[in-house]
Amino acid sequence: MLQIDNLHARIGDTEILKGLTLSMGAGEVHAIMGPNGSGKSTLASVLAGREEYEVTAGSITFDGVDLLELDATERAVAGIFLAFQYPVEIPGVSNINFLRSALNSIREQREEEPLSGKDFLAKVKACAQLVELDGKLRDRSVNEGFSGGEKKRNEIFQMAMLEPRLAVLDETDSGLDIDALRIVSHGVNSMRSAGRSFLVITHYQRLLDHIVPDHVHVLAGGRIVHSGGKELALELEDKGYDWIVDNPATEKA
Amino acid sequence: MSAAEDNPLLEEFTRKEYEFGFTTDIASDKIPPGLNEEVIKLISAKKNEPEWMLEWRLDAFKVWQSMKEPEWAHVQYQKPDYQAISYYSAPKSAAPLGSLDEVDPELRATMDKLGISLEEQKRLSGVAVDFVMDSVSVATSFKEKLGELGIIFCSMSEAIQKHPDLVRQHLGTVVPVKDNFFSALNSAVFTDGSFCYIPKGARCPMELSTYFRINEAGTGQFERTLVVAEEGSYVSYLEGCTAPQRDENQLHAAVVELVAKDDAEIKYSTVQNWYPGDAQGKGGVFNFVTKRGICETRAKISWTQVETGSAVTWKYPSCILKGDGSTGEFYSVAVTNNAQQADTGTKMIHLGANTNSTIISKGISAGNSQNSYRGLVQIGPRARNARNFSQCDSLLMTDTSGAHTFPYIEAKNPTAQIEHEATTSRIGEDQIFYCLQRGLTEEQAIGLIVNGYAKEVLNKLPMEFAVEARKLLSISLEGSVG
Ligand SMILES: Nc1ncnc2c1ncn2[C@@H]1O[C@H](COP(=O)(O)OP(=O)(O)O)[C@@H](O)[C@H]1O
Ligand SMILES: [Mg+2]
Repeated sequence: MLQIDNLHARIGDTEILKGLTLSMGAGEVHAIMGPNGSGKSTLASVLAGREEYEVTAGSITFDGVDLLELDATERAVAGIFLAFQYPVEIPGVSNINFLRSALNSIREQREEEPLSGKDFLAKVKACAQLVELDGKLRDRSVNEGFSGGEKKRNEIFQMAMLEPRLAVLDETDSGLDIDALRIVSHGVNSMRSAGRSFLVITHYQRLLDHIVPDHVHVLAGGRIVHSGGKELALELEDKGYDWIVDNPATEKA
Repeated sequence: MSAAEDNPLLEEFTRKEYEFGFTTDIASDKIPPGLNEEVIKLISAKKNEPEWMLEWRLDAFKVWQSMKEPEWAHVQYQKPDYQAISYYSAPKSAAPLGSLDEVDPELRATMDKLGISLEEQKRLSGVAVDFVMDSVSVATSFKEKLGELGIIFCSMSEAIQKHPDLVRQHLGTVVPVKDNFFSALNSAVFTDGSFCYIPKGARCPMELSTYFRINEAGTGQFERTLVVAEEGSYVSYLEGCTAPQRDENQLHAAVVELVAKDDAEIKYSTVQNWYPGDAQGKGGVFNFVTKRGICETRAKISWTQVETGSAVTWKYPSCILKGDGSTGEFYSVAVTNNAQQADTGTKMIHLGANTNSTIISKGISAGNSQNSYRGLVQIGPRARNARNFSQCDSLLMTDTSGAHTFPYIEAKNPTAQIEHEATTSRIGEDQIFYCLQRGLTEEQAIGLIVNGYAKEVLNKLPMEFAVEARKLLSISLEGSVG
C-alpha cells in the first residue's frame, strides 16, 4: 500500500533523507527505530506533506497514487494520519469542534454526507472510551493545558475518529508512564485491521512489547540501514545502534 | 526567508482583492461641494430643523474652523480636502433592480457565505422588495412592542422633530462639540443617524439594530447616534452589518454618544466592514469615529467591536466612569489586511470610587497592514479602589505586517489597581500544518485558528451577530485558494 523509493528530502540547505527506501503492505505494522536526529520525524513530515521539506529525488506511492502530487489536506483525505511527536495547541478552538470540522471536511472532500450531530457524538463517545480520554479534555481547547500524556492520548483519539488507512505514530510513547503506554497501545491494537497500516516511530522497544510489529527498521543518516522482524527491536535494546550504523556491511537496501 | 515564501496562502492575503465591494448608482439630490455657513443653513433647512439645532451646528462649525486635523495616530493617509466634499446627499429612489439575478454574482456568493437570507440579500443589494417581506412585518411588530414599553427607536432626524427636548438635553453632553476635529465637523454637518431612548426601569426585550430601520436612510457620511438609558434600564444595541459596504464617500466621521443613568446598562456591539480599498488601499473608506459613553452610579457600558473594513480606522470607544461603582468594558477584534491601517482602542476614565474597567483587545494583522492598539486608563483623584484589567494581544499573519501597542496609564489615586498584559504572536506554521494534516483546507485552518484567538471577544456578541462575525473573520482573511 505504501512504497517509498530512494527518497531524498531536505529542509533549507540541509539534506536529511538521503535515499530512503521502504515498502509496507496493507494491514502491516512497521516500526522505525533510530538515533536522535536520524530523520525519523522528517520522514513523518514528508509523508504527511509538510511543505517546508523539499523532496529532491525519489518517489512515494500510496495505494497506487503518487503521494508527492497531493498537498497535506489531500493526503489526509486519502487516509494518511500523523500522530505528532509534539502536538500543537490551538487556543480557543474546542477539541470537539476541531474534530468535527476535520471529519466533515474530509467527508465533504470525499463527497460523503456530513455526519449528523447524533452520529458524531456517538462516535466521539466510543473513541474517547477507547483511550480513556476524560470528557473535559474533549471540550477544552485543542491540546491547551494538556499534560504530555494527555496530548498523546488525544492524538490516538483523533486517529480513532478519523479512521485512517495509514497511521504514522511519531514517538507517541515518549513521555508516557506505563499506564498511559498501555492505554495508547490498546487504542492502536484495537484499530489494527486488514486494511489499515501503521508506521510506528519509537526510541524504545518497550512500546513494541505492546504494539507488536511485523517489521522493524533502523533509520540512520537519512536511510533505512537495517531491517528485520520484531526480534530486531530486542537486539537494538540490548546492543544499541552503533553496531549497525558503524558497520555498513550489515546494511540492507 | 520571509514568512510569505513559507506559506503561499499567507502570501496571497497580501494580494487578495476585496472581491465583494459593490456600488449602487443611486441618483441623489446633492448640494455642491464645499463647507461654509450657507451650506450648514441649507442642510438644516432641508431637514426642517428647529432654530436651536441650526445654532448648535453653526457654533460647531466655528469651533471646527479653529481646529487642526490630528496627526498623532499611527496611520498615514492623504488628508481629505474638506472643501471638495458634498455635505448633503439625499438618496432619490433609484429604479430598483428587478430581481436578485441582476445582482453581482460575486456579491451574492459572499452574502450566501455569510448566511444572509434571500430577503435580506434583496434589501442589501437594492432589489425592489415586496411589502409583505418578512423583515418589514418583523420591523412593524417590533416597533409596536417597543412602543408599549415607552422605548423610542428612530432616526436622528425624526427624533429632532418628535422628541426635541430629549435630544437637546443629551446631544453633545458625552462628546462635546470641541472634543476633537472630527466630532466638531460631525456636529456641524451630521445628516442622520439613530436615536434610542429607554425609559426608567425598562428592559429592552430585543437587540436594537439599525438593521430593522428598513426604508429609512442608511448610514450617512456623518452619522450621529445617541442612546439614552434611564435609571435601571437595559438595552443592547447593534450597529453595522457583516455584509460588505462600499461607499463613494471616502470620509466617514461618525459620533456615537451613550448615556447610562444610575443602574442602567448599555451593550453596544459593532461589526464594521467598510470597503478597505484595493491592495494598495486606494479607494477605501477613512473611518474616523468618536464613540463615548458616560456611566452614572453603578451603571455599565460594554463596547464590543469587530472591525474588518476601512482603509484607515481611527476609533476609540470610551467610557467615562463618573458614578461610583460603575463599570466600563471594551472588547475588540480588529483585522487589517493588505494596506489597511487601524489605530483603535479605548479610553477608560475612572472618576467615581470603586469603578471597574476591562479591556480585551485582539489585533490581527495580515498583508502589509498596520494595526495599532491605543488605550488610556485614567484614574482620577476621587476614584478610590478603581480597578482596571487590560489585555492586548496581537496576532501577525505575515512578516510584512505590523502590530503596535500604545498603552497609557495615568493614576492619580494610590488605591488604584491596574493590570496590563500584552502578547504578540505569529500565526503558527505548526498550527496550520496540524489542521491541514487533519483534513482541513488552508482557509478552514486559518478561519479556525483566528476565530479561536478572538473567541473571548466574539463570545460577547449577541448570538446571531456572533455567527456572522465568525464567518466574516474567516472571509476577511481568506486567500483566493485555487
Ligand atoms: N527545521 C529544520 N531546519 C534545519 N534542520 C532541521 C530542521 N528540522 C530538523 N532538522 C535536522 O534534521 C535532522 C533530523 O531531524 P528529525 O527528523 O527531527 O530527527 P529524529 O526525529 O529522528 O530525531 C536533525 O539533524 C535536525 O537537527
Ligand atoms: Mg523526532
